[in-house]
Amino acid sequence: MLNRRIRLWRILGCAMLAGLFAGAGPGVAQDAMGRTSLVGLRAPDIARADLRGAPVSLAALRGKVVLLNFWATWCAPCRVEMPRFVAWQKQYGVDGLQIVSVSIDDSEPPARALVERMHLDYPVVMGDAKLGERYGGVLGVPVTFLIDRRGVIRARIDGETDLGALQGKIEAMLAAH
Amino acid sequence: MRRSSTIGSGMKRVRGCTGTILFGLCAAALAVSSVHAQLNQPVSASVIPRDRLLEPDALNHELQSNPHGSLILQVGSKVLFDQAHIHGAEYAGPGSRPRGIAALRSRVANLPRGQAIVLYCGCCPWDRCPNIGSAWQLLQQMGFTNVKVLHIANNFGSDWVSRGYRAESTH
Repeated sequence: MLNRRIRLWRILGCAMLAGLFAGAGPGVAQDAMGRTSLVGLRAPDIARADLRGAPVSLAALRGKVVLLNFWATWCAPCRVEMPRFVAWQKQYGVDGLQIVSVSIDDSEPPARALVERMHLDYPVVMGDAKLGERYGGVLGVPVTFLIDRRGVIRARIDGETDLGALQGKIEAMLAAH
Repeated sequence: MRRSSTIGSGMKRVRGCTGTILFGLCAAALAVSSVHAQLNQPVSASVIPRDRLLEPDALNHELQSNPHGSLILQVGSKVLFDQAHIHGAEYAGPGSRPRGIAALRSRVANLPRGQAIVLYCGCCPWDRCPNIGSAWQLLQQMGFTNVKVLHIANNFGSDWVSRGYRAESTH
């Protein structure tokens, strides 16, 4: 009888510990609006046409390392990052890097004009509130995600990124096959 | 002698007129460039006096004790507003765009000038926000005397939502 009680308490204790660690795992921390960080989880798909009319699908980019950048024309830090992204696409494209960017401007014309002016030669799609929510809330820009070759989000960077550190992460992800 | 003095005074008058015209032209050019600058260059958040800034924890506290005390207006991105905004806040349009300034002007046009208003944006770090400075300036020009501005150091996500302060989405 005593042994059965001890066993029961052990099982309950294990269950409680498992519950605690499940809550602390990657990608499950929630903010006040119930959104998760998504790091460690599969990236939600993005399937829409880019500003040139070409179809963009994250699912179709499996096998590549994806740098997914949310930005807006009125965001000064976003514009600082763009020339480096253009350079990285040229430098690392052959190794499997694909940059995809999402403008969260309220309308398309300013985004289109900036894409032309900054010579962004990677796919740029228009985002919206629903897409932002699916990515755990994009409540300020820039926000950058690094997605590995299996489609799993490995990093989320809010705000202007340390470009040197980001480049190091990209190189490490490209090297890992 | 008399004739030459008449010619001399005539010349002076012409010079005086030319000076006035040149001065007028310069003033007009300055005015046009100032309007141009207002429309194209974002007004820095640093134009807002420190004593008009409200920290997020202070506004959160104020909202808990008096939820309907102030009219809260977001003057940034609609996409960001739709995802999350301060509970009870209204969208007023981006302060960096003429359409946003027009929307803000129209929203507050009929309000008493002593109305308590809180402006916020949170699209970008405070010192790079393109919207908040011009929205503040507009309300000053319109004569509002009880305006405060939420000081969002990083962005709305990290400085409001992540702190667990009350927010809601549009849908």
